[in-house]
Amino acid sequence: MSNAAKNMSADEELVFSRPDSLIDRATHYCPGCHHGVAHRMVAELLDEMDLARNTLAVSSIGCSVFLYNYVDVDTVEAPHGRAPAVATGVKRGRPDKFVFAYQGDGDLASIGMAEIIHAANRGERISIVFVNNTVYGMTGGQMAPTTLIGQKTTTCPGGRCKDREGAPIRMAELLSGLGGVAFSARGSLDSVKNIRQAKKYMRQAFEVQTKGLGFGFVELLSACPTNWHMNPLAANARIAAEMIPYFPLGVYKDVAADGTCGSLAGGEK
Amino acid sequence: MSRITVNEERCKGCLLCTTVCPAQIIVQSARINQHGYKVAEVPADKQASCTGCASCATICPDVAIQVWRSKKPKSAKKTAA
Amino acid sequence: MAGKDRLFVKGNEAVALGALAAGCKCFFGYPITPQNDIPEFMSKALVEAGGAFVQAESEVAASNMLLGAGAAGVRAMTSSSSPGLSLKQEAISYMAGSEIPAVIVNMSRGGPGLGDIGPSQGDYFQSTRGGGHGDYRLFVLAPSGAQEAYDMTYEAFDLAFAFRNPVLILGDAIVGQMKEPITPRPPRKDDPAEGLDWRLEGFEKGSRKNRIIKSLFLNDGELAGQNKHLQAKYETWKKLVRAESFDTDDAELVVVAFGSIGRIAKNAVRNLRAKGKKVGLFRPKTLYPFPAAQLERLAKAGKRFLTIEHNLGQMVEDVRLSVRKHGDSDLFCVYPGNMPSPDDFEAPILKALGRK
Repeated sequence: MSNAAKNMSADEELVFSRPDSLIDRATHYCPGCHHGVAHRMVAELLDEMDLARNTLAVSSIGCSVFLYNYVDVDTVEAPHGRAPAVATGVKRGRPDKFVFAYQGDGDLASIGMAEIIHAANRGERISIVFVNNTVYGMTGGQMAPTTLIGQKTTTCPGGRCKDREGAPIRMAELLSGLGGVAFSARGSLDSVKNIRQAKKYMRQAFEVQTKGLGFGFVELLSACPTNWHMNPLAANARIAAEMIPYFPLGVYKDVAADGTCGSLAGGEK
Repeated sequence: MSRITVNEERCKGCLLCTTVCPAQIIVQSARINQHGYKVAEVPADKQASCTGCASCATICPDVAIQVWRSKKPKSAKKTAA
Repeated sequence: MAGKDRLFVKGNEAVALGALAAGCKCFFGYPITPQNDIPEFMSKALVEAGGAFVQAESEVAASNMLLGAGAAGVRAMTSSSSPGLSLKQEAISYMAGSEIPAVIVNMSRGGPGLGDIGPSQGDYFQSTRGGGHGDYRLFVLAPSGAQEAYDMTYEAFDLAFAFRNPVLILGDAIVGQMKEPITPRPPRKDDPAEGLDWRLEGFEKGSRKNRIIKSLFLNDGELAGQNKHLQAKYETWKKLVRAESFDTDDAELVVVAFGSIGRIAKNAVRNLRAKGKKVGLFRPKTLYPFPAAQLERLAKAGKRFLTIEHNLGQMVEDVRLSVRKHGDSDLFCVYPGNMPSPDDFEAPILKALGRK
């Protein structure tokens, strides 16, 4: 921040800069990849909500495996898909800490489907950030559970076919049906308006943990220009053109809004 | 007046910023950074049009943009920092 | 030995009691025969003691919960039986590679596959060779009854945290289900500072760099350095080997057996001693580190060996390696699915004794 201070003159104020909890280093993410936006959002909220000093994070397997190089919090690396279980262990061991996990669509909705559903169902007091870009990024563009019908990937080269591969899974909706979930919403990172709304959803997913209401979940529609074989601008445009119609934005469950109480992770008598 | 700075070594030339600027003053420059990306810029003659809305910085995945917003000129009062 | 504080419990319950006394704060498990007494006991006793109990959705999930709690520096345990241990192997490899302390209990049953629900020692390879991927080791303790199940579980937590490593208690259906009197220990006083120098904790911005508990080392030479560090750690375990030697001093033939089989073999040895046969028993209590040096000393003194185990020949490989400079070991297998008795061992012991 010192460079900014040097540059600032008396008649202007710095209104946007790197949050403290975002480490000042270049990321390995591709041009136009929305992980950078999602990471920044997480860091901003940890700072704004004064959670950073008490945060224990769980990173997952995918392009975001290096989350711990970018978000300045103590972090444990989980095996593929298991971040919600690892986060359960962290939170049950240290219920006084703020615990979040950050996962992509292969990690959360494929190999990790049992772990996310059960952590959500138990109402674990954890917050999950789910980055959905309809493809396996790190491993080179294979089909994901959220790949759209007709979308071509390296393991469905003719395009996803419903008869053969099934339909894409809508996670925000699926989790909203589980009793222990206190907040489930889907946002998008493709426009300034959507980014600002998505940050509000992420804040709510964090707040249900700090308020002890239950499991918090936010899905973020994102682009993968490299594996969609598109330039960043075209990839970004695909989100609104193709993804949002299938994965509608909005809040699917919010116990704080409708006044009901999420189930206690410790069990009710 | 409001302005942005682009950290040219962090910019990956994705150009998302160019699509959200309401004044449409951000463009791809001819400069290539150390990583091989053609970086974004606000040309000098367009800088006066910046409103400090921070849309560019909001969408930038690489946190490469800082935004300064000009304070409203009020001689008698001190503006809160 | 009689006292008010003696408890009459199953081996499974002894494991749970030992864990509680050692300050276990979290238990993550899943039902599987023959160890269900452990999660059932913990679901009540651990919760009453203010700890956390989770019946996870699977053994995979339970082992990953264990990974998370351990990364936070919390004393935590999971238990299962053979097929469930197969499921846990990935998480175990990660815990070993990330240096996360944990206690894992395997009350093994017959395999492979679904097998049966009776005892076996078919998981020796899985336990000592690392059932998961990569070059890692677990500290492996093999109780032969309820008192050892209690004591070894109690000590496992200290070992896990001293070495930042998973520790495995390898029992079987006999050890788990047999009821015996035990003498409990006084509960260990909690130490809130345990692991404070490495565990996930949170920090004031700028006071230090963030801690990353991971097993991914991509940069040139990094993984090699990590593996070298792990191997050096395992070397330090050699001085912690434990074994029971029974009537080995003047024995011509030493029976080598572990766990419940070691106990049954001890009875066979006693019976044969009563008939004047010069036989003894060597019972490893730590399967890793393996008491190779002690076995080598016995071999050097001219003794011969018969390994008896409830599998198709696993520990015998370690016995043969230990005595290779001086001799070999015979092998008598109890097939998983058969229940052994001391009488079953007499003929094989005599046969091995008779062979010069």
